[in-house]
Amino acid sequence: MAVITVEQVKKSFSTLEVLKDISFSLEKGEVLSIIGPSGSGKSTLLRCITNLETVDSGTITIGGDTLVTTTDQGNAVYADKHTISRIRLRVGLVFQNFNLFPHFSVIRNLTEAQIHVLKTPKDEARQVANELLVKMGLADKATAYPYQLSGGQQQRVSIARALALKPQVLCFDEPTSALDPELTGEILAVIKELASEHMTMMVVTHEMAFARDISNRVIFMDDGLIVEQGSPEDVFAKTQNERTKRFLNRFGS
Amino acid sequence: MGKLLMLMLEGTFTSLRIFFLTLLFALPLGLLVAKGRMSRHRIISSLVNGYIMIMRGTPLILQLIFVYFAPYYIFGSSADRFTAVIIAYVINYAAYFAEIYRGGIQSIPQGQLEASSVLGFSKVHTFSHIVMPQVVKRIMPAMGNEVITLVKDTALAQTIGVAELFRVAQNAAAREFSTMPIFIAGVFYFVMNAIVSKSFDRIERKLDYYR
Repeated sequence: MAVITVEQVKKSFSTLEVLKDISFSLEKGEVLSIIGPSGSGKSTLLRCITNLETVDSGTITIGGDTLVTTTDQGNAVYADKHTISRIRLRVGLVFQNFNLFPHFSVIRNLTEAQIHVLKTPKDEARQVANELLVKMGLADKATAYPYQLSGGQQQRVSIARALALKPQVLCFDEPTSALDPELTGEILAVIKELASEHMTMMVVTHEMAFARDISNRVIFMDDGLIVEQGSPEDVFAKTQNERTKRFLNRFGS
Repeated sequence: MGKLLMLMLEGTFTSLRIFFLTLLFALPLGLLVAKGRMSRHRIISSLVNGYIMIMRGTPLILQLIFVYFAPYYIFGSSADRFTAVIIAYVINYAAYFAEIYRGGIQSIPQGQLEASSVLGFSKVHTFSHIVMPQVVKRIMPAMGNEVITLVKDTALAQTIGVAELFRVAQNAAAREFSTMPIFIAGVFYFVMNAIVSKSFDRIERKLDYYR
């Protein structure tokens, strides 16, 4: 069953067409990597799915409910506010720069949305948070503040923060781009572990080896279009596409 | 001498009333003005911008006189002096506070809003629990400056005949042919501002638990 379907999505920033005609679907339990050069529209695509940007036209459905669809005249029509706030929580997002709340302790970063958005009782929210911290290897950091943590630890907190809302899909927007190689490994290990638990994930990344190793499917984007998609083997080893080859050669993979 | 001090304490009490009432109304009003200034509606933001420009572009003493006398010429009666002082100070200080708030609000990284949005926080919750606490920390030094200025600005209330500390000191000086009361008033202002500045130090230290 498709958790997310995206059909003919288009998006421009004034005169710049960032997404030209994007269609794909994400199946339950699947790990999808989106690779491609900077400015190819990968992040914008993720931001449209998480409703941080609005599309100009096209259809996006999440967990079977329509976030946005397009009339015959070609105008994007979004679901009503209530529906949006309900279905957007099905998709979690981990940012490149973590975006933790600096004035909240680690534990409060994890409980705030549970308590105020999901209306989870405080004790239960705290329990969920503590379990996630144990899982992330941060059990001793519950009362620390984000500035006291390393970049890798901060990113693990932000993954836990997203997981605390029990999303159906977890999206990552270049989760390791702000980290040095050692810390990058730390985060990739966490994502790998989530993949082994069959968490449905969509990862925008520049880590080619990682995309090859953990994905079920890879999408290569360039200039606002999906150039190629398929299994990691299809895209990384067997590609016949000149554009894909040129891109991968630069990464030496 | 004892009588002089009693009079000056009374004057100080009036000054403090002006000070606290101004803060009480201008701090929240300033937030509203800042919101208006940042409004996406062009008409609202330019109207509010015009108001801020007038408040910051003309002397407070002139605004004070205007607030007290303008209603007299228009309606034939004025508010009482003390009320006029509070109104003038509140609308003046709200403009300054608004610009401080605006600077603070705009300095919060976009990512904080995006994270709030992805986590499903309402706009109100995002503003009150994510943005404002961080704004408060960032604007403390600028606020400290402004509040210290307010302590000294209370001396202008005498322009429309409110007997605050400085007016009391001047009257006493004239009566006794001595500048001593004026210097004593100076000490009073200094002590008040020492307290203000210590309080701000303390708040800043309290907010130092995160970066």
